[in-house]
Amino acid sequence: MVEQLAQVVVHGQAWTVKDLFVLPNEYVYWSIQIVLYPYMTGLVAGAFVLSSLYHVFGVEKLKEIARFALVFSFALLPVAMLPLMLHLMQPMRGINVLMTPHFTSAISAFGIVFLAYTCIVAAEIWFVYREFIVSSVVRLGAKSDRSFYENTLFFIYKLISLGAMDVSPEALKADHKAIKILAGLGIPVASFLHGYAGFIFGSVKANALWMTPLMPVIFICSAIVSGIALCIVCYYVFMELRKWAAKRGKNYFLPDAIAHGSSAVDYEHLRSVQEHEVKMTSKYLLIFMTLALTLEILDMIFRGYTAVKSWDILRNVLLERDFTNIFVLQYGVGNFLPFIMLLIPGVTVRRAALASMLVLFGVFMMRWNVVIGGQAFSLTFHGFMDYSMPIIPRDIESFKEGLGGALLVGIAPFVIFYFLNMIFPAFMVDKEEAPH
Amino acid sequence: MKRRDFLKSTAVFISGAAVSLSSLELLDPQEVLAANPDLRWGFLVDTYKCVGFCVKACKIENDIPLEADVTRTWVERYVITKDGKVNMDSPKGALNGYTSKLIDQNESGMKKIPDADITQAFFVPKLCNQCSNPVCVQVCPVGATYQTADGVVLVDRTWCIGCGYCIMGCPYGVRFFHPVANVADKCTFCYHRISKGDNTACAQACPFGARRVGNLRDPNDPVAKAVLDQRIGVLRDEYGTKPNAYYIGLSKEVH
Repeated sequence: MVEQLAQVVVHGQAWTVKDLFVLPNEYVYWSIQIVLYPYMTGLVAGAFVLSSLYHVFGVEKLKEIARFALVFSFALLPVAMLPLMLHLMQPMRGINVLMTPHFTSAISAFGIVFLAYTCIVAAEIWFVYREFIVSSVVRLGAKSDRSFYENTLFFIYKLISLGAMDVSPEALKADHKAIKILAGLGIPVASFLHGYAGFIFGSVKANALWMTPLMPVIFICSAIVSGIALCIVCYYVFMELRKWAAKRGKNYFLPDAIAHGSSAVDYEHLRSVQEHEVKMTSKYLLIFMTLALTLEILDMIFRGYTAVKSWDILRNVLLERDFTNIFVLQYGVGNFLPFIMLLIPGVTVRRAALASMLVLFGVFMMRWNVVIGGQAFSLTFHGFMDYSMPIIPRDIESFKEGLGGALLVGIAPFVIFYFLNMIFPAFMVDKEEAPH
Repeated sequence: MKRRDFLKSTAVFISGAAVSLSSLELLDPQEVLAANPDLRWGFLVDTYKCVGFCVKACKIENDIPLEADVTRTWVERYVITKDGKVNMDSPKGALNGYTSKLIDQNESGMKKIPDADITQAFFVPKLCNQCSNPVCVQVCPVGATYQTADGVVLVDRTWCIGCGYCIMGCPYGVRFFHPVANVADKCTFCYHRISKGDNTACAQACPFGARRVGNLRDPNDPVAKAVLDQRIGVLRDEYGTKPNAYYIGLSKEVH
């Protein structure tokens, strides 16, 4: 039996490089998928908070992007779970977390918080789009020669209308009230969803880099930053696409044009909306960035100042081994540069979008530096580990925990959004405000 | 009876019954035993006697593939030179013992230390501490890792989802993914043997009696006695895990 198993490769061995004194069982067990997990939940939470800025606090300037952010947040939701499933050694048993949750574990609440959050977002989308759903049922129902696509849509709308066809002013008023309540309820739940992702790391007392009560707060702030940045980038890109499609009459990119006729989508209007929304949102991005940066730097200064036992090895990791990742890529390219770009007066849409893209990269690097950086040193404090991400997959494991799995998780939300946008047009402008 | 009335009275009955039944406490013999146990497994390591001989016995006994670079127990080598520098290694967890004087520094290669520079050198075996306050049990999201009434922490291989949280949570690095079962794995003090009155595989393999398992609650047990009347240390007590593997002659370089 021993000969047969002579080639056994241990989980983690394929991508871990050990240096100096590292315990035999130590590997980079949490790799790219666990980097992506807080990144994706952060995007979900951040996008939702952005949409709530309009729905709860009535920031009128964010009206158009709020609707998009809400639908996009819903598209991101299933993808937040994907990295966890890809990471599990026994993915078929993932459901055990819901079946026998062991509540002293930070992970055990994931299923419950996640489901609760999904319900809230789904309900909010339903209320936001109820009027549209009803009008679509009426419009498609009146049509006698429905195409296959329209038939499918008609069936979906009929199903999700849940039979609530009342669009009287009183009913719509009740809808608005419900939206406000749900959005208000969603903010603490979204913060909890992500804050506790931070708690999962912050409560690991065996890990000198992770263990800090600031971790959940840092995670929430960076979540909002990344969520807003992603919304800006995607809003910019999708609006560019829509402008392109509106010019050429390519309606399959414009579900609201299908719904309300081509006149509902006007190139010039799209341009002005895009500019206004992107600029406004980037101001909120700046505020949350300041908060996130302050906390992160406070954490680092505190560690250096108190200099407990682990500081020697942490300093080595932070200031030497991971210096490029942390100070050049995360703080320099991902924080400082976009900060300056957004502060310089006369922000253009393109500059804001580019800065947001850098912010997204910066937050990704922050997740990377926390998750991978936290495993960069041995429990012995006398050795180091490096994660060399598998690029070309040799087996299913090196696919999941390598570039392939990362790309899968990165692309999935956009595919979901494409289809979701067909049902809930995320860029729809309320009819009474549509240009004539 | 109308359906509405039927449902109503059923609901009233169930809630009423639940309240009164909740006052009854079901006694679980295991819980009673755990509250007042006369058995608590502990481990005693005499570092003065260790030569690094036990790992292979453990791997064979517990079906951990020999060539797989994970292990339930391992032996560390400490070589301290005159300049106060501490050199440590544990190649393959000391599966084949220590036959070379070269110190394995992984990526940094093999390090040769002249005999004349060495002030002291010793071996320290490591294994699961079967903590009284185990982090791994606390963080397992599905309860697949649990503590028995006699203090040993075990893994339910049919329920572990393989998230690795327990591996990250353990301050001692004793946990790993079993390369064949693909679930978390760790030292169990050879629970399948000690609960039948046998010795652990590592203790049995050790020719010098450096390793010993025993009952900490029995005042006549050699392990319990040593814990009481000798100067012993435990590993990384700053984490508050209350470990139950005790070390005679624990040096400050070891943690």
